[in-house]
Amino acid sequence: MDSSASEPADSAAAAVVQVGLRWGILMMQAQSGDAPSYRRLLLEVTPYLRAIARRYHRDMRDVEDSVQDVLLTLHTVRHTYDPGRPFKPWLVTIARRRIADRLRTQWRTCARESQINESLYETFADERANPSEEPPEERVLRAAIEQLPSAQRQAVTLLKMEEMSLQEAAQASGQSVSSLKVATHRAIKSLRRMLSADRNEP
Amino acid sequence: MIPTEDLIDQLAESVTPVRRLRSPLLRASLWLLGVLCVAGAVILAAGAVHRIAERSLTPGFDTEWAATVLTGVCAVLAAFQLSLPDRSRHWLWLPLPTLLVWVGASGFGCYRSWLLVGADQSLQLGESAHCFLFILAVSVPLAIALTVPLRRSRPLEPMPVLWCAGLGVAALSAAILQFFHPFNITVMDLAAHLAAIALVVLLVGGLGRQVVRPPAGLAGDRG
Repeated sequence: MDSSASEPADSAAAAVVQVGLRWGILMMQAQSGDAPSYRRLLLEVTPYLRAIARRYHRDMRDVEDSVQDVLLTLHTVRHTYDPGRPFKPWLVTIARRRIADRLRTQWRTCARESQINESLYETFADERANPSEEPPEERVLRAAIEQLPSAQRQAVTLLKMEEMSLQEAAQASGQSVSSLKVATHRAIKSLRRMLSADRNEP
Repeated sequence: MIPTEDLIDQLAESVTPVRRLRSPLLRASLWLLGVLCVAGAVILAAGAVHRIAERSLTPGFDTEWAATVLTGVCAVLAAFQLSLPDRSRHWLWLPLPTLLVWVGASGFGCYRSWLLVGADQSLQLGESAHCFLFILAVSVPLAIALTVPLRRSRPLEPMPVLWCAGLGVAALSAAILQFFHPFNITVMDLAAHLAAIALVVLLVGGLGRQVVRPPAGLAGDRG
């Protein structure tokens, strides 16, 4: 075995463990009301939380909102941290659940709100009477996705448009991996049918 | 939205000492011990201890009763575990095996009673309404007593916690019921037990959400 190759990996793993240990100790001191330790802990975990949030959000405002959400939650549930257990899994679970909550809220808001249709500004109600601009392929696809049932729409948006992994999409949507797979399969079938029907229209 | 660094300053300034939660195993054990003391005192006062000895002569009763108690214990332990952020979600499955044994053993008891007393008596409503009300009446104070410590955990996902809590209190109520149920279980009794348990789980899940709330965050502030 090549020991020189495993050394950097070992030292990196040791550094990760050390960081986790330090955060655990800082949290323990924060539980006793030590404000400087708590401040240091929050400052140190913020970039880590930002990196997690960036995996789920594109908009930087959403990333920052999620980070603040996690910090507030961490503050509220700080009494649930057990110093006998590793700190990072505790923090990561809080972060993932709060980010998933935010994504779910955003989905619900999107479902209730409807975008103002551009055709309202057109002179004639019939689209074919306003042949100013042929909609690009992507717009047709997005419009077709909008017509899908919500579970299918969510699955195809997270997995195909946002390019999330199955695990990330499952975390974000609260659906299981297998139901996401089924929903995506159905969504693609429906989209194929809808788009081919559009093309065949006179 | 304020800058994150300012939020950190505010949080650090407002930090106060907190009392750490004890281990979920210890909390569940203490809670169950409390229930054992109160239920034991009531059963002793009502002079109902000998009923279990009488009932245990019925084949399959011991298994059914042990499975009922174990379902209650496992579900309460699972609720305490699930209420913490860093515990596995698989705790949700802990009460499932004993729940299956309990339902299976009750079904066997019903079948036996059907053979002994015949279909006519098995399908009579009789004491079934009493069983239903008993489970509901005992579950209410137990559920209130259980939501108090669970609320302190501030679970991020309250629903699985509440489902386990509902199942736990319903199973413990059903176990206590056996001291006041001096006859073999009939089909209608089993239906009443299952209906009461389902109702308790739904009620604890529905009403508990108002009490056991996840920590408020920024979610929903901005669309």
